[in-house]
Amino acid sequence: MISLSVNGKNISVNDSPDTPLLWVLRDTLGMTGTKFGCGVALCGACTVHLDGAPVRSCSTPVSAAAGRKITTIEAMAASPVGKAVQAAWIKHDVPQCGYCQSGQIMGAAALLAKTRKPSDTDIDAAMSGILCRCGTYNQIRAAIKDAAQSMRTGS
Amino acid sequence: MSAIYNASRRGFLKTSALAGGGLLIGFTLPGASRLAQAVSVFSPNAYLRIGSDNQITVICGLSEMGQGVHTAIPMLVAEELDADWSKIKVEQAEADPAFNNPIFGMQATGGSTSVRGHWEPMRKAGAAARAMLVAAAAERWNADPADCRTEKGMVVHKSGKKLSYGQLAAAAAKQPVPTQVQLKSPKAFRILGRAARRLDTPAKVNGSAKFGLDVRLPGMLTAVMARPPVPGGKLVSVDDSKAKAIAGVKQVLQIPGGVAVLAEGYWAAKQGRDALQIKWDDGANAALLSDAVSKMLAEGAAKGGALGRNEGDVGAPVAKRLEAVYEAPFLAHACMEPMNATVWVKPDEIEVWAGTQSQGPSQGILGEVAGVAPGKVKVHTMYLGGGFGRRFAPDFTVDATLLSKISGKPVQLVYTREDDMKAYFYRPASVARFAGGLDANGKAVSFSASICSPSLMEASGFMKLPADGVDAMAVEGIRDCPYDFPNLRVEYARREPGVQIWFWRSVGHSQNLFFIESFVDEMAAAAGKDPCEFRLGLLGKQPRFRGVLELAAKKAGWGKPLPAGVHRGIAVAHSFGSYVAEVAEVSVGRDGKVRVHRVVGAVDCGLTVNPEIVKRQIESAIVYGLSAALYGKITFKDGRVEQSNFHDYPVLRIDEMPKVEVHIVASTEPPGGIGEPGLPPVAPAVANAIFAATGKRVRKLPIKAEELKQA
Repeated sequence: MISLSVNGKNISVNDSPDTPLLWVLRDTLGMTGTKFGCGVALCGACTVHLDGAPVRSCSTPVSAAAGRKITTIEAMAASPVGKAVQAAWIKHDVPQCGYCQSGQIMGAAALLAKTRKPSDTDIDAAMSGILCRCGTYNQIRAAIKDAAQSMRTGS
Repeated sequence: MSAIYNASRRGFLKTSALAGGGLLIGFTLPGASRLAQAVSVFSPNAYLRIGSDNQITVICGLSEMGQGVHTAIPMLVAEELDADWSKIKVEQAEADPAFNNPIFGMQATGGSTSVRGHWEPMRKAGAAARAMLVAAAAERWNADPADCRTEKGMVVHKSGKKLSYGQLAAAAAKQPVPTQVQLKSPKAFRILGRAARRLDTPAKVNGSAKFGLDVRLPGMLTAVMARPPVPGGKLVSVDDSKAKAIAGVKQVLQIPGGVAVLAEGYWAAKQGRDALQIKWDDGANAALLSDAVSKMLAEGAAKGGALGRNEGDVGAPVAKRLEAVYEAPFLAHACMEPMNATVWVKPDEIEVWAGTQSQGPSQGILGEVAGVAPGKVKVHTMYLGGGFGRRFAPDFTVDATLLSKISGKPVQLVYTREDDMKAYFYRPASVARFAGGLDANGKAVSFSASICSPSLMEASGFMKLPADGVDAMAVEGIRDCPYDFPNLRVEYARREPGVQIWFWRSVGHSQNLFFIESFVDEMAAAAGKDPCEFRLGLLGKQPRFRGVLELAAKKAGWGKPLPAGVHRGIAVAHSFGSYVAEVAEVSVGRDGKVRVHRVVGAVDCGLTVNPEIVKRQIESAIVYGLSAALYGKITFKDGRVEQSNFHDYPVLRIDEMPKVEVHIVASTEPPGGIGEPGLPPVAPAVANAIFAATGKRVRKLPIKAEELKQA
């Protein structure tokens, strides 16, 4: 048994320790908001937070997440940063197909939790590992800046 | 009120009161979006539900893959219904012939046809419902319907009395369906032509949107397959003992497509698949090599073939003649969501959950596979994590159906990224050989093209190469080129390298516009003329081409100074009923690395349903086309696909993303398509800018930095 803290809840799972966290979330726990894109940390669709830092869950063994705080897209609305990011995503109507957007939002929220006023270079560094085939990058950039602004002004 | 609307229970021209009081309506003109508006025979295919709670639900038979159809279709209905947009919801329809795409004659989403095909039928559905609501209100008030108007979900009498659509829904359901409806003049539109918010956004920012891979059924097994590594290869033998020893693995099954490991969850299935020890017979394609494919296509183009178009005499003497050969590679779609399908074959029916672009044909195909009638195939269309044509293909649904049928379990078949990349269904590789002639004044007087590629029409399984031997998709964008060449000849030579090819965003235009718009640029350079002016000079009879070209040039500041090292290229294209010109601003580093700084696009897509979605689709197509132009290629060595994942099939990332501006030409023409037309001009615009920057002509995609290095 591996004890996990997922979105503030303590859960024990029976998966083998080398099972990627992604599949524990999606298959064992039925939390399908976190997406499978490449399986080898090249596309970022599976991004979740581990103790607040963005990680690629497809390449993180569940054993490495034991005892740490796992946060997924399903809990984004519960944090002020996540809420601001989601509101900005809605304001800019960012998603097209939407498949990569859980990862994009997790990446953006992790960036904004650390960097309250990210520059374009900060955004490139934090987000260039998260692919979007629909080409929503310019809207993602605008929404991140908007979310940063709204967090600073408290609006 | 059932959450899932079962269209097959609906009768012809029937409205029915919903439990709880409401109006359900489904009708439209048959097929013909282009027929006269006054045709009065309705046949069902568009649906609308108005609840007594004022909730209006539009049931959409088209697949949402990012292109915004789940917003555009409700906008069409809501406009003529005079609905309150804030009360509109959209629901995905199950597969049913009632939702056939009028352009295809089957239920399918592709070819940028959704708005073109449903522009009239969906508005008529809204208008008819509105008329019935007005009739119901007039009856209640004992008033003349002519004294009633509608606004924002209310019927309003001239006296000022009002009733909401919800209040009228039950009574409206008892009104006769009008046989004729009057559609609004575009001047009266208050929803169409405005940037309504996408209805699917909220679910796509909180993880609740359900894609094919998100389907979870009780007792479901996950399948991962081993497929022959060479096209046409066959299984010789398999040792599955190691696979079966993995915890969670339940079954190992052989089907024509390969060997499948069925397990509890993806991870066990994937580990099991990787543990299979398989001997394959590589068959006839064991030596398939990309260089040989290139050679085969080049020889075909040099030899020529079936005549697609012939005007004047391209052999007539010219003052200056130029020739060039262009080539484009096979391409994978690389949708963010790898291919997958979930199927449950039951004794007398099957249920399918898939992100598919072809739910209509799937009913027939999967019914045949499972041994049930098409009407017994329930297809639940999930959100598509990218489509781009790939999800029109039946490979993933067919194999999932076989696996469920044999195992007796609900099965979710999942392609790993590597499986997805190597599963063929590629954009065809193609070679085009051009000759152009200029007169003594530098005017283009002749143009000939010989195009060689495999036949997509034949590969589709539902089209045939026409009697003239010219594959329409292999030559589209060149055979119908808009330029005023008095002597013009287009030929098609078919060669089949043996790889399953498929539709890829903008289809033949995706490579052909790169070819022709680069070659026209070569002609402009040979004539010593400005590439934009040169094109305009050949477009005297083409006002819509001129319109987008002039607008893009103006907005991009064509001819005005740029920062040092930045150069412009331009290209124009017509595809899927819309016209798009793009200007790319590009710099090329000393190392040959190409950087695209800005793309300015102009689009004439006729009347716009949602200008914001139009702009986003053009931008989306630009990004997709840029990834292909800069990086995209699928190659073969020893019969095997050399690419596997995003490290060797790179796509554009946020740090490479250019600024994009899109401008819309105001138009009263009927709507054109929008999912694809933004793609064709971007590769030639970039390549032409590279020529402006370096004097080097890119004639083969993807663009290679090493060939652009400055000494």
